[in-house]
Amino acid sequence: MDFIKNFPFFGIMLTMLAAIISLPMHGKMAKRISLFVFSVETLLAAAVLFYTLQTGESFVYIMGHIGAPWGNELRAGVLEGLMACFFSLVMLLSITGGSKHLILDIEESKRNFYFVMTDLLMGALLALIYTNDIFTAYVFIEISTIAACGILMIREIGRTTLAALRYMIFSLLGSGLFLIGIVLMYDLTGHLLMQNMRDSVELLVSEGQFIIPLTVAISLMTLGMAIKSGLFPFHFWVPDTYGYSTPASGSILSGLVSKGYILILIKIYCRVIGWENVTQSGITDVLFVFGLAGIIVGSISAIHQNDIRRMVAFSSAAQIGYIFMGVGLGTSAGLAAACFHVLCHAITKPLLFISASGLSDASEGSKLFRDLQGSGYRNRWAGLGFTVGALSMVGMPMFTGFISKILFASASVQVSLGKMLPTLIVLAISTVLNAVYFLRTVIRIYTPAERELEVPVRIKWHEQRSYVVVLVVFVALNLVLGLLSQYITDAIQLGLTMFS
Amino acid sequence: MFGANLFANLDEMVAIILFGIGFTTLLFNRNIIKKIIGFNIMDTAVFFFLASMGYIEGRAAPIVVNGVTSSEAYINPIPSGLVLTGIVVSVSVTAMMLALSIRLYRRYHTLYLDEIYMFAQKEDK
Repeated sequence: MDFIKNFPFFGIMLTMLAAIISLPMHGKMAKRISLFVFSVETLLAAAVLFYTLQTGESFVYIMGHIGAPWGNELRAGVLEGLMACFFSLVMLLSITGGSKHLILDIEESKRNFYFVMTDLLMGALLALIYTNDIFTAYVFIEISTIAACGILMIREIGRTTLAALRYMIFSLLGSGLFLIGIVLMYDLTGHLLMQNMRDSVELLVSEGQFIIPLTVAISLMTLGMAIKSGLFPFHFWVPDTYGYSTPASGSILSGLVSKGYILILIKIYCRVIGWENVTQSGITDVLFVFGLAGIIVGSISAIHQNDIRRMVAFSSAAQIGYIFMGVGLGTSAGLAAACFHVLCHAITKPLLFISASGLSDASEGSKLFRDLQGSGYRNRWAGLGFTVGALSMVGMPMFTGFISKILFASASVQVSLGKMLPTLIVLAISTVLNAVYFLRTVIRIYTPAERELEVPVRIKWHEQRSYVVVLVVFVALNLVLGLLSQYITDAIQLGLTMFS
Repeated sequence: MFGANLFANLDEMVAIILFGIGFTTLLFNRNIIKKIIGFNIMDTAVFFFLASMGYIEGRAAPIVVNGVTSSEAYINPIPSGLVLTGIVVSVSVTAMMLALSIRLYRRYHTLYLDEIYMFAQKEDK
């Protein structure tokens, strides 16, 4: 059983290897390799999850047998296993579900590069989840930025290239701040491994030394990751980036990449600085305010859109707000709710993006609401997928969005009145706003079309088998997370206690 | 007293000022090439910060010469290693940004983001 301790390392190396092998391959072969690798990743991460659940403790994998404080380490616990498992699965499903558009949107000679990028992106995400070394985290943040920009710009239309540039600019601002933050931390602690840094930070805090530089370093890292994950007021790049990319890229970027940055931030909070020190520094209060503002602004912007993809993209900005609000509550219950919402959003947003692309396909490729009227009848599976995703985001019981909202609400009850009231009020307002724009869309797609399409299309299931399977799996995952949430929240709680 | 250590930490101060210059250029300048230059200033400032932190007066680069193996004779190699890694990252990101600017310039014949944005919106209609 101890062999499982190698799996995090194997997982990261496998993606790197697949990226290199895919380079000279044809697009089709490269896609097969990627899908195979992502399936293997899911199994490896599931094994790590079960191993850590069984032993009840996390383990450290020392690279090259060079121990602390000099070597480089990976670390896996329940939370890491859970996230890695879900992320690999969502990656697999997003690419399978968006594969029709990958063929339409990408030149044939460049298709293999797309899969090279997705392999690298998966590797970077896994490394961000598993790493125990803060500088390695920085390097993989940059790798994921470049790979994410790659899967964005591969669709060669003007708007996407512009979106890629803006994404890149904001990402670089974020990673620059993160870099100077970790340099300051290294300067203060003299270490790069998280455990050693933690010991030094404890020493500094107990002696009351260098508190201001420490706070500055935490703020810089937080600001950097907030920009990169698209928290209000840095969400300007979000709609173009998620809205104009090919559907698979949109799902991966909004569902996974932004979450990778949030996870590494949570990891730094718990493993490097110590959760109590973070809450005492007041940074969580700032995140709380911006999270709340992000929820409202994102939802209101989503209402104003007349394009289904941009609407779903703005809703992503609001969901990032939820996650930061959970972190901002400053309690471990809030943190657990934020982690649950990471999972919830990681499976719901790809479902929405992919089913929205199916609805557009049945409406002569248009993404505008007026053309989508009645598309729920023309492509029944996509309609079903979109409805489930929308209901989950609104917070309908049975689906995962409901559990997220319950967790946020119950976490807010445990904190002071000053935070409880805003949280509950914003949750209520945002549920109404979500209902306005999501249910309006659902009603739209199930209203019979007023005009006849020039070429009446009705996409049947045998024309889109893999697409339908992907939608069904996403819907099933949504139900599983919604109905068996107790197991997942227990695992998250256990994972968070393993962090400290 | 506030500012008492300012001149003792001159290198760090310069690095932070440079970081600020690079950051604001990357954020606010409308010209893509100048943005890329800003990004490079920003990253170089971080490397300068690291290098100046890692340097100890009177010690040599950590390469053993003339058989001197005492750790007192050399500086810590890790900050220098981090600078090298950082440079590699910064070069690849710069290349990526330049590739994107070439693609945008070929399409819109301008390097100003405002104009590109205007043209792109016209294209939509």
